[in-house]
Amino acid sequence: MILAIDTSAGTSVALVGDGIVAEAATDDTRSHAEHIGVFIERVLADSGVTPDAVTAVVVGLGPGPFTGLRVGIAAGIAFALGRAVPIHGVPSHDAAAVGHRSCTVVTDVRRRELAWTTYRDGVAVNGPSLTTEGTLAADADLRQFPEVRATTISAAMLATAALIRIERGDDLASLTPLYLRAPDATPGNGPKRVTG
Amino acid sequence: MTEPLVLGIESSCDETGVGIVRGNTLLANVIASSMEQHAVFGGVVPEIAARAHLEALRGTIEAALREANIRLQDLDAIAVAAGPGLAGALMVGVGAAKALAVSLGKPLYGVNHLVGHVGADVLRDDGQSIELPTVALLVSGGHTSLLLVRDLALDVELLGETIDDAAGEAFDKVARLLGLPYPGGPHIDRVAVDGDPNAIRFPRGLTLPKDLVHHRYDFSFSGLKTAVARYVETTSDVSIADVAASFRESVADVLTRKAVDACLEHNVPRLLLGGGVAANARIRALTAERCAEHGIELRVPPLALCTDNGAMIAALGAHLVTRGVAPSDLDFAVDSTMPVQTIRV
Ligand SMILES: [Zn+2]
Repeated sequence: MILAIDTSAGTSVALVGDGIVAEAATDDTRSHAEHIGVFIERVLADSGVTPDAVTAVVVGLGPGPFTGLRVGIAAGIAFALGRAVPIHGVPSHDAAAVGHRSCTVVTDVRRRELAWTTYRDGVAVNGPSLTTEGTLAADADLRQFPEVRATTISAAMLATAALIRIERGDDLASLTPLYLRAPDATPGNGPKRVTG
Repeated sequence: MTEPLVLGIESSCDETGVGIVRGNTLLANVIASSMEQHAVFGGVVPEIAARAHLEALRGTIEAALREANIRLQDLDAIAVAAGPGLAGALMVGVGAAKALAVSLGKPLYGVNHLVGHVGADVLRDDGQSIELPTVALLVSGGHTSLLLVRDLALDVELLGETIDDAAGEAFDKVARLLGLPYPGGPHIDRVAVDGDPNAIRFPRGLTLPKDLVHHRYDFSFSGLKTAVARYVETTSDVSIADVAASFRESVADVLTRKAVDACLEHNVPRLLLGGGVAANARIRALTAERCAEHGIELRVPPLALCTDNGAMIAALGAHLVTRGVAPSDLDFAVDSTMPVQTIRV
């Protein structure tokens, strides 16, 4: 069974396989660290299995607000280590694209910016990249496919996306978040004067 | 129960630490630091620290397991620093610790990072376990706190803390004023060797009688930093060695004076010095000297256990297990300003 975790928007955790799908999710975007352990425990309990039933872990790599995003990836890494099972990293937009042949997935990444990925016949062909609402509306390339505006990302859909990509032979080894932005930091430019 | 085997995860600032202990015995202490990535900024950048924790997570856990030569299944419990510290950084460790605990079906202890610094002292090669009560002076780039520890599992009191900069931060800022690299502590220590600690009389923060009314055991280093800046700007022919030595003397004087006062007032003949600044030669020497004068036993854990590390978190976790303290509920949050009275969340 696959344990799938996505914290790129709210917190979503799913256990998928053997005809069972259990999912625990909240669209609360501020408390990933509080929910993550409880949700993993809950999907196992709801499925009536113990942790050793998990044979692979899938984590959503974003894009999304960094602090929450990292919680899910860290949890996935630790769970996979705990059970000595493989872990696969999947762009979170892939989950929103499941069921759409061709589309542009758009999510809000705060600071008045949007992240988008364009999928053609189920394959990501462009993105993820950042844009703004105004630029998005004016961009003919981005508008050639129907827009899928996602405010939540489903871990169950993420697991489905992972299975499709594993089948396709994609390399899902990277667990680096899709940050799309450099850290906010300005190099120290020397001491401030304190005398006039 | 035989002595509990506990893995501890620390991610409150710029060190990703994973430690493994069996009771009071250290089995592994693996640290990945992002310090070099912060150097160009002159201080820890929270987002850079948090990114580095996630990158280092898997490698540090695996390295600790190899070093301790155990398997995760062998563990009796997981411990993790839940605060105080940088929230985004703490969340990496806490997210990992929660999932690890569930995956293994083991209890999880979310513990206080500062109390962990005290807990490090149980991991001594000489087997001389920490005696309580003790006063603890914890000094690093992130904190400057004076604690009274009566019971490591149940009773820790905050006597005082910095009201502005941490002592380590003051070292970093003064180092920059003097054109020395980050982190400032070791470099100030190095150049101060040739300086006269009495050459310049820099202020001693919060030591005047009027300060002692409300801030008896609190610290302030912001005025000192400004005084050093003013001195450097207004003096021709500045002796960097003298400034470094005199600045360091002021910090060491205030820290040790207040710590010794706390021991005397509370009738506690023991002082524990912890945190990264415990590496500072002058602070160690002056603390030792003043403790000896007053018959106070000084304890300084080995340096690798003074700076932030996972072994101290594991040690505190193991202590809580041994004392029969219940584990944390799985839904706890990180607390960037966790009070020291909260030993376990
Ligand atoms: Zn610390």
